[in-house]
Amino acid sequence: MALTTAEILNIAKLARLHVEESELADYQQDLSAILGFVEQMEQVNVDGVEPMAHPQDMAQSLREDVVTESDQRDHFQSIAPATANGLYLVPKVLE
Amino acid sequence: MHNLTLAQQLQALAAGEFSSVELTQHYIKRIESHQESLNAFVTFTPERALEAAQKADQVSADKPLLNGIPIALKDIFCTQGVKTSSGSKMLDNFIAPYDATVVTKLQQAGAVSLGKTNMDEFAMGSSSESSYYGDVKNPWDLSRVPGGSSGGSAAAVAARLASASMGTDTGGSIRQPAAFCGITGLKPTYGRVSRYGMIAYASSLDQAGPFGVSALDCAYLLQAIAGHDAKDSTSVDQAVDDYTGSINDDIRGLRIGLPEEFFEEGLDADIRAKIDAACDQLRELGCVIKPVSLPNAKLAIAAYYVIAPAECSSNLSRFDGVRFGYRCEDPVDLADLYSRSRSEAFGPEVKRRIMVGAYALSAGYYDAYYLRAQKIRRLISEDYQKAFAEVDVVLSPTTPTTAFKTNEKVDDPITMYLSDIYTIGVNLAGLPGISIPVGFSQKLPVGMQMVSTYFAEETLLRIAHQFQQHTDWHLQTPAEFE
Repeated sequence: MALTTAEILNIAKLARLHVEESELADYQQDLSAILGFVEQMEQVNVDGVEPMAHPQDMAQSLREDVVTESDQRDHFQSIAPATANGLYLVPKVLE
Repeated sequence: MHNLTLAQQLQALAAGEFSSVELTQHYIKRIESHQESLNAFVTFTPERALEAAQKADQVSADKPLLNGIPIALKDIFCTQGVKTSSGSKMLDNFIAPYDATVVTKLQQAGAVSLGKTNMDEFAMGSSSESSYYGDVKNPWDLSRVPGGSSGGSAAAVAARLASASMGTDTGGSIRQPAAFCGITGLKPTYGRVSRYGMIAYASSLDQAGPFGVSALDCAYLLQAIAGHDAKDSTSVDQAVDDYTGSINDDIRGLRIGLPEEFFEEGLDADIRAKIDAACDQLRELGCVIKPVSLPNAKLAIAAYYVIAPAECSSNLSRFDGVRFGYRCEDPVDLADLYSRSRSEAFGPEVKRRIMVGAYALSAGYYDAYYLRAQKIRRLISEDYQKAFAEVDVVLSPTTPTTAFKTNEKVDDPITMYLSDIYTIGVNLAGLPGISIPVGFSQKLPVGMQMVSTYFAEETLLRIAHQFQQHTDWHLQTPAEFE
């Protein structure tokens, strides 16, 4: 399993990570090694095996649709990098 | 005072031999003298601790379970008003706006938090070397790792800097550091303890649990933290056993299975000898030892390193530089804000796992990786269920080697991953497991793991406790920290 640099850049884009040119070779080596390692999963026949997503085979618990949380906007926004008038600020998306 | 177990400290507090303030001050001094050499803490909160200790000392009637007991919390549990970093630059400025349920329950039980312990970044690691705040040292040998990811919590108890501590375990992150540090560590059944307010790594595997000097000490902590929580939809609504009350119940006739696959190549011969000796002790106590088989266990690490990265790539997408945590300087647009904030603040192992997960979940690869891993997860879980038809407990070493040297495996992710070979399948199946000290190999602690079926923590604690009534491995302390 050897990933190309183009694949590394695509994965980085999917993961919203920025990879420097100088880091490409290391990522290529490490990710290829990890994916190569997990290939041993092919050693076993899994035909007809039900995938297991979760340890507890239980139904999602539901609760009454009632308000349980109070408004804590100011409290939660006090740790945000940038806010104004109760809104989170990000770079302009539309010109 | 620090040479007493938590259970003994509770008795001494009740008898008025010392106060919680005195005990807390004693640990504060110990932390101050040993923080530089061990780096076990990220955030030390002596003032808050003393305040809580004073409150505990004022309780005169109906004392809660852990009243006045000083503990340490892995820095993955949100603590209102106190930095909660998860060992990452990403959360270096994060003052948690609320308490994790585990934190609330421990407070209600009267425990006194001394501070937040160091850990592998976002709990991704087996050595506590990937923290933004520097690596943690093993109290038994400062040139070695304490294990991970809950290395700070394990080192703090091993060095007697707290009566007990809390960790989390996604692939072995409580049991492996407990083994490396010569203490007792319990990973409860998935769903036994609330994950609310615990910073998520891999949500179908993460579970919180205690570190203590003894199994009885762990039983006290589990008693305080176990139970259903409406705020965690995966916590299970099932009655909590009386762990401390049943710990002396008979263990004669309990059947213990040794999985043959865990005693093959790769296991250190000296560790094997210590496990054999521990089995002899358990036989003397009336347990029946027999072989069992976990044929798919060898695939656990491979399946884990698809499932955990897949879940982490999803969980860690919340770190976007917008609502909390690190934000890069002068982003030019939204894409730049996301990718630069994340790249500048995540460490190498976290980025590796996010990328492996993103790849495994991406179009065209899902079936070959994620789906296949989930099927193998089922096979591994079924192996354990078959074993539990024949035995009450599955016993093995916790780790194939004792604590390795700092920097020994840091450049080779896969070698690092392999140190969790005996612990990782337990998380995939969601079972409870305990690690207890069973001796030393070249002056380094050796840990033994016991695993039971779902919600049978009581059985694990009972066997571990009665083993510890006949051995004193768990009472050994590293020379520099006596």
